[in-house]
Amino acid sequence: MVTNLLTDYWPILVLLLVSLGFAGIAMGGGLLLGPRRSSARKQEAYESGMRAIGPGTRQMPVRFYLVAVLFILFDIEVIFFLPWAVVFRQYYENGLGAFILLEMLVFIVILLVGYAYAWKKGALEWE
Amino acid sequence: MPIISSTDLLAILPTAFVVVWACTLLLVDVFAGAGGKRLTPWLAALGLLAALVLSVRGGGLEQTAFNGMLEVDGFSHAINALVLGSGLLAVLLSVDYLRQHGIAKGEYYVMLLFSISGVMLMGAAADLIVVFLSIELLSIPLYILAAFAQPDPKSEEAGLKYFLLGAFAGAFLLYGVALVYGATASTRLSEITAAVAAGLENPIFLLLGAALILIGFGFKVAAAPFHMWTPDVYEGAPTPVTAFMAVGAKVGGFAALLRVFIVAFPSLGADLAPVLIGVVAATLIIGNVAAIAQNNIKRLLAYSSISHAGFILMAFVPYADDAVYRDTLAAALFYLLAFAVTSFGSWAVVMALEKAEGKGLELQDYAGLFRRHPGLAVAMFVFMLSFIGVPPTLGFAGKFYLFRAVLEGGYVGLAVLGVLTSLVSAYYYLRVVVVMFMQDGKPQAQASPLLNLATAVTAVGTVALFFFSQPLLDWAAGAFLRLF
Repeated sequence: MVTNLLTDYWPILVLLLVSLGFAGIAMGGGLLLGPRRSSARKQEAYESGMRAIGPGTRQMPVRFYLVAVLFILFDIEVIFFLPWAVVFRQYYENGLGAFILLEMLVFIVILLVGYAYAWKKGALEWE
Repeated sequence: MPIISSTDLLAILPTAFVVVWACTLLLVDVFAGAGGKRLTPWLAALGLLAALVLSVRGGGLEQTAFNGMLEVDGFSHAINALVLGSGLLAVLLSVDYLRQHGIAKGEYYVMLLFSISGVMLMGAAADLIVVFLSIELLSIPLYILAAFAQPDPKSEEAGLKYFLLGAFAGAFLLYGVALVYGATASTRLSEITAAVAAGLENPIFLLLGAALILIGFGFKVAAAPFHMWTPDVYEGAPTPVTAFMAVGAKVGGFAALLRVFIVAFPSLGADLAPVLIGVVAATLIIGNVAAIAQNNIKRLLAYSSISHAGFILMAFVPYADDAVYRDTLAAALFYLLAFAVTSFGSWAVVMALEKAEGKGLELQDYAGLFRRHPGLAVAMFVFMLSFIGVPPTLGFAGKFYLFRAVLEGGYVGLAVLGVLTSLVSAYYYLRVVVVMFMQDGKPQAQASPLLNLATAVTAVGTVALFFFSQPLLDWAAGAFLRLF
């Protein structure tokens, strides 16, 4: 099984080469054949087709950052529930329901500690 | 179907206790009033002490726990004792320093406890996945602690640098683990050995994986050529954090390094020996030679800690030799202990002289220390002697056992290099002594009772424990690994 490991990756290598080649042809073709007419508008930073309204290094309220970090944190931790839910029935049918429930409870309690800390520190308040 | 029994939990009781204590402490600190917050350091120290008692009481326990993920044995108990003792010293050093520098926050001690639990797990990790997880558990709190003096730009820089290079090292480690898994179809240390014994189809992947794992650990223990972050991080981080980082991270890194390579990769000993010799030689030479040029005491001690990582790695070179690996393991543990005591002591003296905004850290600020504060100067003298390896200090015993183990392994050249670089190191250590004793100046030390206590304990320990070297070595030799 171990020996097949590398040969299994052949299609990926081929895909990689094809995509590199395709990108190369498309970009190289554009570079060679396309007209180049520069204008002030074209030199501006690309902002999804909108007119740029200022430099990219404006100050942002740090609160956005905090909320985003908290969101990612809890979001990722919720993903750990999924594999647990997948094997739950298996454990339950083997008479280990209490055990696996307890395991998840330990995890949730640790999450709650972090949640209580963030709450008390005022990380969830906008002002 | 994997199941965890109560004996598993009992096996890691000290580690679990530290983790639960840290979580509780976090809540206690955030919900307590100003009066309660003052108790946080002492609660942290109490928790560490309790964990130390638990660890010593369960000292005879030998058990494979969590379906082979953890291996509780004499080695893991020794690592527990080392890191919990270091943690207690770190708390002792931190309390007044944090208050004086206006960064006394309860989270500091919580992070310290989490980092310690990571080191404890590393001592017992018997699976490469657990090794990786515990290395992260050790490192992530340290990244935060390194930047704890924010908005001081030096501290922020230290935190960011440490974080980026730590993540980089983690990637090396993980890629190595993946390659080892590719070669042996397992991450369990014992199963890797079994797979190697049964014959591998692609042995080159095992070697590649082991080499990448070595690089990952090299970053963690600050061995050359993976040491570049050390002086900047050690200089920028708040000094008590540096003191813990120098010892705690090294203990954890070496614990995992020794267990992983001795248990899982004994077959690679001959292939890795030249690499290891190169790393050791580079670390010893770079650490000791670069330290000569330093005028900042924190940077000087940082390079000194790099060179000591080289000395400990020296014991690691003959790891695959069945006849001597026990002696080298004992010598490495003993050297770690000697380094821990001496290092904490020297950082305590640095803290006594450090003033706000990074003043008082130049070597010249130590001029005349003997006249003004003879106690501090004599203590620093003892630590410098111990770093050089002059009897009667722990450092001498550590180097003695180390060189003996290396000679037993048949690496005469390495031992000679060790002695020569020790001689070089005498220059910059004695330079500190000369400045303290023979030059005039007006150093100002803040006498804080806790700091004085820590300095006195480590200074006395450095000398007194020397006379108990043999029992200590026996203790280290009892800290064997469970092999399969």
